[in-house]
Amino acid sequence: MAEKILMKGNEALGEAAVIAGCRHYFGYPITPQSELIEYMAKRLPQVGGVFLQGESEVASINMVYGAAGAGARVMTSSSSPGFSLKQEGVSYIAGAELPCVLVNVQRGGPGLGSIQPGQADYFQATKGGGHGDYRNIVLAPNSVQEIVDTTILAFDLADQYRNPVVILTDGAIGQMMEPVEMREPVASNVEKPWATTGLKGRTETNIVNSLFLQPDVCEKHNQHLQAKYNLITKNEVRYEAIHLEDAELVLVAYGITSRIAISAMEKARKEGIKVGLLRPITLWPFPYQPLEEAAAKAKAFLTIEMSAGQMVEDVRLAVGKDKPVHFYGRTGGMIPSTEEIYNQIVTIAKGGK
Amino acid sequence: MAEKVFARPASLKDVPTHYCPGCHHGIIHRLVAEVIDELGVQDKAIGVAPVGCSVLCYEYFNVDMQEAAHGRAPAVATGIKRVHPDTVVFTYQGDGDLASIGAAEIVHAAARGEKITTIFVNNAIYGMTGGQMAPTSLIGQITTTSPYGRKEESCGKPIRMSEMLSTLDGAKFIARVAVNNPANMAKAKAAIKKAFEINIKGEGFAMVEVLSICPTNWGMSPIESVTWLEKNMLPYYPLGTFKTEEVAK
Repeated sequence: MAEKILMKGNEALGEAAVIAGCRHYFGYPITPQSELIEYMAKRLPQVGGVFLQGESEVASINMVYGAAGAGARVMTSSSSPGFSLKQEGVSYIAGAELPCVLVNVQRGGPGLGSIQPGQADYFQATKGGGHGDYRNIVLAPNSVQEIVDTTILAFDLADQYRNPVVILTDGAIGQMMEPVEMREPVASNVEKPWATTGLKGRTETNIVNSLFLQPDVCEKHNQHLQAKYNLITKNEVRYEAIHLEDAELVLVAYGITSRIAISAMEKARKEGIKVGLLRPITLWPFPYQPLEEAAAKAKAFLTIEMSAGQMVEDVRLAVGKDKPVHFYGRTGGMIPSTEEIYNQIVTIAKGGK
Repeated sequence: MAEKVFARPASLKDVPTHYCPGCHHGIIHRLVAEVIDELGVQDKAIGVAPVGCSVLCYEYFNVDMQEAAHGRAPAVATGIKRVHPDTVVFTYQGDGDLASIGAAEIVHAAARGEKITTIFVNNAIYGMTGGQMAPTSLIGQITTTSPYGRKEESCGKPIRMSEMLSTLDGAKFIARVAVNNPANMAKAKAAIKKAFEINIKGEGFAMVEVLSICPTNWGMSPIESVTWLEKNMLPYYPLGTFKTEEVAK
C-alpha cells in the first residue's frame, strides 16, 4: 500500500490529473481554485507537459478544445464566475464530442458573489450551462482521497464516451488538507483515430466540428448525442448510501455538505432517530433510481445544499409526491453547521415542518 | 505529349464552394493551398476555421481541420500546436472574427509568439450574417447596422490590425496584401509563403492580412467592388510588410 501524504484538495486534483496522463493544462487564475492552476504550472514542466495560462477563461476553454481535438488528455479549471465564461466552449466541446476534464471549484454567487465555498452552480453543471441539448458527466467528490479517485476516473470516462467531464468541487473541498494515497501512473492507451494530427499518410481528413447546417443532419447528430447520454445514464450512476436499510428520514447531500450531513446523521442516530444518507457522486447522471427505491421505505427526505435549492429539484423528481422532500440550504459562501442540520433532522423526525 | 501547366492544388478538395460570385475567398483559399503544396506540408498541416463566410473552409482545405467558435481560432490553434509542435497550424479568419470578437485571442497569440500562421481576410464588413458593420468598416461606409454610414464619433475609426499586431515582439512576420489584380496576387502568395516558412521554422507568430471584396454585401458588381477596394480600402489599409526579421543563425 502506498504511503499517505497530506495534500490540499486542489493540489491533489492536479497530481491525480498528472497520474491520469494529463500533460496539457490551460487555465486562468481565480479564487478559490488558484492552488490547482499553480500546481499545474509547477508540475507539468517536470513531466514534459504543457502548462499555459490563457488570456481569459474564454481563451483557455478554446485551447482545451484545440488540444482535445488534437487527441491530448487535457484539463482546465476555474471557479464559478470563470466557469460561466467557459460555457460557450463547453457547448462546442460537447457538440464536437471532445474528451476533456473541466474543474469547477465552486464559490458563492451570483455575479462576483463571494470567494467562500458554494454549491449554486449545480444547475449550470448538470442541466447544460451553455446552449443546446448536451450533457456533461458531473462528478462530485467529498474528500481529498475521492478527488484523486474521481479525477483519474474523469479522464477515463471522458475518453470512453468522448464527452466533457466536470469535476464539481467547492472552496472547502478544494482548500482543505487531508491524508491521501496516490496511485501509480495510469497508462492511457485510448486510440483517437478521429483526432487532428496532420494527415500523416491518411487520405481522409479529420475534421473537429459542431456545425451541421442541414437541420436533418443536425437532428441526427443530436439523436446520436442523446443515445450516448442514455448509455451514460444506464452505466455510470455512482452514489454512496449510508444507513438506508432502516432510515425513516433520508438525507441527500453531495460534496462538502455531505460530510457535515454525515456528522449530523451520526449525532441523530445516537439519539435514536432513524436517519440515513444518500450521497450522489455523479450529479449527472443523477441517481434517480436509488432515490426512488429509498422512497418506497423512507417517510421523508431532507436535501441539504449550499444553494437556495437546486439539486432538491432532482430529488423531488425521483421521490415523487408521496413522500415529503424538505430542503435546507445556506447561500453566498456560508457553510451549514452540523448543529443546523441536526436541528432540521430533529424537527422533521418530530413531525414538524 | 501536352505538359500540365495548371491544376487544382492537392491541399484543396475537389468540391464546389458556397462563396458568392466575385468573392475573393476562392482566390485566397487557392493561394494558401498552393503554398501548403509547394512547402510540402500538406501531411502535417492542421487548419482552424472561423465563424463567418469562411466557416465551411474545413470542407475545402484538404488537410486536418478544426472548426472554432467565433473569434477563438487563435486559442484553438494554440491548443493544437501545443499538443503537436511538429505540425504546421494555421487559422483562416475574417475581420469580424479576428478584429472584433476575437481581438483578445489574436493579440495574445501574437504576444506569446505562438508558432502559428494566421490568414486574415479583411473585407470591411460582416458577410455571413448579411452585411453588418465590422470594426474594419470605413468611415461613412453604409452597412445594415450603420445605415447612415459609419460615424467616427460613435464608432471610432476602423482598426488596422496589421499595424497593431506588428508592435508585438512575438509577431515575426506581418504583411497586408490584396488580390485585386494578378500582380498583387503574386505578392500575396509570396507573403503567405513567407508566413508559413516562419511557422515551419518555429520562429513565432506570422499573419497575412488579405484585403478582399464583398460584392454581395457591398451591393456592387465584382468589378465595381475591386474599384471600391482600390479607391477606399487601399488608402486606409496600405499594402506592405509591417514586421519581418531574419533570425540570426
